[in-house]
Amino acid sequence: MTTKRAKVRPGDRIFKNLTLSAGVFVVALIALIGIFLVVQAIPALRADHVNFLTARVWVTNDPANMSFGIFDLLLVTIYTSLVALVIAMPISLGIALFLTQYAPRQLARPFAYIVDLLAAVPSIIFGLWGILVLAPELAPVAQWLNDTLGFIPIFGTGNIFPNFSGTIFTAGVVLAVMLLPIITSLSREVFERTPTAQVEGALALGATRWEVIRTTVLPFGKGGYIGASMLGLGRALGETIALAVILYIPLGNQFDWSIFDGGATFASKIAANYAEFNDPKSAGAYIAAGLVLFVITFAVNFAARAIIGERKGA
Amino acid sequence: MATGTLSETDRPAASPAFQQTSLNRKVKNHVATVLVWLSFLLAVVPLVWVLYTVVANGIKRIPYSNWWSQDFGSVLSDEVGGGVLHAIIGTLEQGLMCAIIAVPLGLGVAIYLVEYGRNSTLSKITTFMVDILSGVPSIVAALFIYALWITTLGLPRSGFAVSLALVLLMIPVVVRSAEEMLRIVPDDLREASYALGVPKWKTIMKVVLPTALSGIISGIMMALARVMGETAPLLVLVGYSQYTNWDLFNNGQAALPLLMNNERATNSMEPGSVGFDRIWGAALTLVLIIALINLIATVVSRVVAPKKK
Repeated sequence: MTTKRAKVRPGDRIFKNLTLSAGVFVVALIALIGIFLVVQAIPALRADHVNFLTARVWVTNDPANMSFGIFDLLLVTIYTSLVALVIAMPISLGIALFLTQYAPRQLARPFAYIVDLLAAVPSIIFGLWGILVLAPELAPVAQWLNDTLGFIPIFGTGNIFPNFSGTIFTAGVVLAVMLLPIITSLSREVFERTPTAQVEGALALGATRWEVIRTTVLPFGKGGYIGASMLGLGRALGETIALAVILYIPLGNQFDWSIFDGGATFASKIAANYAEFNDPKSAGAYIAAGLVLFVITFAVNFAARAIIGERKGA
Repeated sequence: MATGTLSETDRPAASPAFQQTSLNRKVKNHVATVLVWLSFLLAVVPLVWVLYTVVANGIKRIPYSNWWSQDFGSVLSDEVGGGVLHAIIGTLEQGLMCAIIAVPLGLGVAIYLVEYGRNSTLSKITTFMVDILSGVPSIVAALFIYALWITTLGLPRSGFAVSLALVLLMIPVVVRSAEEMLRIVPDDLREASYALGVPKWKTIMKVVLPTALSGIISGIMMALARVMGETAPLLVLVGYSQYTNWDLFNNGQAALPLLMNNERATNSMEPGSVGFDRIWGAALTLVLIIALINLIATVVSRVVAPKKK
């Protein structure tokens, strides 16, 4: 007896191809973003009078005579993201442990919801709160850090002194708040999956609650936590308007390795100068900066997903 | 359940039979507990502080009917009065247009991944690219649309260009939530439908989607609320207009985040000044709209949820 292959109904073929092409479209979209940014950046890069990667100047208002380099943008971007991560990583770890190990069962869900609410606040509101409300409160802290630890270049006197508001430090603190829900929610997911047998084994050996966490939850969830933090890093590198609102751009002064400097990240530089988008060549310079940002966030997200994927597969 | 019996295991059953938990270990345990509680409180402080700032400063202008029915076209920048209707219109129009484009695309991708792709190479690549897309900074999405829509196609800046950039940000959120919802639809339902001779596409449309609909709708609404708060695409892709403009395709158009940024850049931010009241009024309006959308999402998903017998 021969089996007859089922006839594919035309409706099925059409529907399958429709959904398939939506999938292909998303894949093509990422490629298109890269291609369009490269194509638009090239003419501007050709017209650049200085080295794009190492120069520390950004003069693009005269399309016939442009000199722009991303060195300072890169440093400020990395600095703000690191300040944010240094603050957000331990706190997120604490929150994730709290929600999975410490919070009373019935309250764990509402508490998690509260943390998630932080992610629902628009970033411009965080930015305005950061510069108008938080910055004046943080200024004495910054002043004190500068006074006592100023001999270390990281805490040195900034290039917008005596302004302690629009600094990388303020921006980093606000950014840290915005990263909390991101790092927390993914870490929580991984911590929840700690094998019960391991936890009970540790308890049977007489471990205290903290020892249970140290010997079972943390070793098991480490990869997920690191992956979550890298996703947070990706978010921090690309955050735009909150930083554009907070960071004060000094006139002429270069970035000087202090967290009390002002400056601009890739994203905040582009956002602050949207008025220059009237000439395609000037716009091209910003698109080139955007391209670098795209490549960096792509790499960071790629690594983060690889780490998380490995964990989830295991 | 792992931690439920902890307090009993802390204490030995009979003191000579077991060793006492040493002071060192007890102290470490207590320090850890305190730190963990503190870190949660540390997350609550900024949330409450931000919301308090928005409500306390924003409430001043919100109760007046002008705020909801006029624009800033007829008032000076330092003149009390006028309203944010123009920005509400822009935010809603741009958000809706974004949803009209992003929802079918996102649902299509999710249906492909769950119903057709199952572990094929293309579905793995698609899943990966959706992850990457969710990590694309909003300013990069804006630059891409600028390069495509304005430089390459030569079309004007407009609210529609903003919608296109928001589509890039909305698709991954829609795909993720819809995918999750489709995956929890039991296979029994699909198989029962096939057994009755219903074609696969009809099974998806009439059985799978309706079952998952409630979750999908709330996912879409949350995604919509998220993109409505975006500012970066607005800066690059549309000019701010203080007049009411219903036309998504021509001329400048306001939106609440853009209005806030514009007031911040051009107006005094002294507490109590007109500019100060405007940005916080707009912030509260935006928060209220986002809260309202989330509320609607909850109600709608309750209404369309599969009935339990």
